[in-house]
Amino acid sequence: MESLGVLLLHPMDAYLEQELARRCRLLRFCWDAPPDRRDAFLRAHAGSVRAVVTGGVAGAGAALIDALPRLEIVACFSVGFDRVDLARCRERGVRVTNTPGVLTDDVADLAVGLAIAVLRRIPQADGYVRAGQWKAKGDFTLTTRFSGKRVGIIGLGRIGLAIARRVEAFGCPVSYYQRTKRDYPNYTFFPTVVELAATSDVLVVACSLNEQSRRIVSREVIDALGPGGVLVNIGRGGHVDEPELVAALAEGRLGGAGLDVFEDEPEVPEALVALDNVVLAPHMGSGTRETRRAMADVVLGNLEAHVSGKPLLTPVV
Amino acid sequence: MASSAAASPASGEPPILPALLLLRTSDASLAAALRQRFRVLDSFASGQPIPAFLAAAAAATDPPRAAVVVAGGVVRVDAAFLDAVPSLRCVVNTGTGVDHVDLHECARRGVAVANSGTVYSVDVADHAVGMLIDLLRRVSAAERFVRRGLWPVQGDYPLGSKLGGKRVGIIGLGSIGSLIAKRLQAFGCVIYYNSRRPKDSVSYKYFPNVLDLASESDVLIVACALNKETRHIINKDVLESLGKDGIIINIGRGANIDEPELIKALKEGRIAGAGLDVFENEPKVPAELQSMNNVVLTPHIAVFTWESKSDMCDNTIANLQAFFSGKPLLTPVLP
Repeated sequence: MESLGVLLLHPMDAYLEQELARRCRLLRFCWDAPPDRRDAFLRAHAGSVRAVVTGGVAGAGAALIDALPRLEIVACFSVGFDRVDLARCRERGVRVTNTPGVLTDDVADLAVGLAIAVLRRIPQADGYVRAGQWKAKGDFTLTTRFSGKRVGIIGLGRIGLAIARRVEAFGCPVSYYQRTKRDYPNYTFFPTVVELAATSDVLVVACSLNEQSRRIVSREVIDALGPGGVLVNIGRGGHVDEPELVAALAEGRLGGAGLDVFEDEPEVPEALVALDNVVLAPHMGSGTRETRRAMADVVLGNLEAHVSGKPLLTPVV
Repeated sequence: MASSAAASPASGEPPILPALLLLRTSDASLAAALRQRFRVLDSFASGQPIPAFLAAAAAATDPPRAAVVVAGGVVRVDAAFLDAVPSLRCVVNTGTGVDHVDLHECARRGVAVANSGTVYSVDVADHAVGMLIDLLRRVSAAERFVRRGLWPVQGDYPLGSKLGGKRVGIIGLGSIGSLIAKRLQAFGCVIYYNSRRPKDSVSYKYFPNVLDLASESDVLIVACALNKETRHIINKDVLESLGKDGIIINIGRGANIDEPELIKALKEGRIAGAGLDVFENEPKVPAELQSMNNVVLTPHIAVFTWESKSDMCDNTIANLQAFFSGKPLLTPVLP
């Protein structure tokens, strides 16, 4: 695919960038530049860009798609594609691919890791030791057991199922909500998220972000989860009413939260940083060397398939 | 010799509860739970030094036949202790370890000994798994990064390493080690183990010595008791064998690891990281560890949940009730 003009929207992975440079005609977008420079860049290169490689948070909006008349494919270095204007892509006949499957285990691992970290207060305990408090003040507080907690999963797709299998090993009963009930003998279906939250100790967001799931974790859901409940979000910041979440955590109406995603990344609300019943992660659900490498290979594989006229590996559109 | 749980009183009078020594805790909740069923002689509440307290208990008209010994306390159940209260026939420990109890001396005198059995095992296993995920996926370190406001400034946090496929070598496949194994298998880890003897009931690969276990493992988890054989079971050679990508998790006792050697290995990059809930000189944690980004340090909290505290209380009472009804202890410890 040496003649394929690829626009890399922002730095995302050294191996991916190196391979794109080696195998394609790579153009690196001036992501951090002011709007007029970005527009000028797109105008200057509009004729040669046939592919865009983007990340989950950056996506590819209508303005970008419209600025690239020769665009044929948008390859996302993420499983989420909520920020890609799919309608515009369909109108223009632009293909869209993502990176499902290869990151399922890592995201599920982090979801469980965040749940344990919140319930057992591991980062707080670590901070306690580093601040010399164990010597100065004595024993840390009692926490609550993770094993056996009722886990409610919003979205029992690949990632949701992987989370279910892991928490089962801890004796956690699993319930779920999704648009269609399926036949899982060991998992209890609830027709609404509020009912799921009311019967869960740990509520995990594991669905994709779309019109139906935007702010699916509403005030009502947060209240149902309650002062003993913990929210774990490894989906998208847009799944949660963030101001409501922050207020509930600060007021003790929600017990705790483990958050890998936020509404306005990389900004994290000051009020969250001030709390000690939350564990905050910088969107690293797929953040391992092994998985990012595998994701890069999926992106490259999709571009190769496109150029050779073969079926795309992981098409969204 | 059988004895009823409460001596039959004359009608109308409250039952006479058996006398019970409690040594030695300031936590009122255990004492309160015990007082519902026993006449508790509370060492901490008495304000007396232990020898005087024991002498007073032994001299009373209904001297205690059982004692609850609280873990982490200063009491040694040895010949002198047993001589001081000759009426004692049963000692129930609230913790798992009984290195403060002279088991042979107790056996010689026919004094039954119980410990906490497996009440703590689940929470310790969960904590070990939590620490391993934290280390491989950098949870605590990335948390510090976010809280310091570095995400908008420095961009994404450096990548961690995948759990799936990691070879985890568990030292000690008792109740805790087994629970850790079951949990980590669900994450796709490969389980290896070392213990005094191989276990026929498991299919994990057995290694007769820790050095060989270390050389084929990516992670070593110390889940064994502390005794003469396991002191410094993680030593310089084992660390060398584990290698520069290796991770150590210690939820046993600080003395299971040669702490200065561990610190050197971490400083020199000869191993990749460590998750430590226990240390050689608690609550002192070496300053060099406190400034490292590739370690997770917790203040001996693996057992401390509300649930295990409640389970421990139930287990203690159940053992005492068994003893006072002439039945075998539920969680006996033999020499």
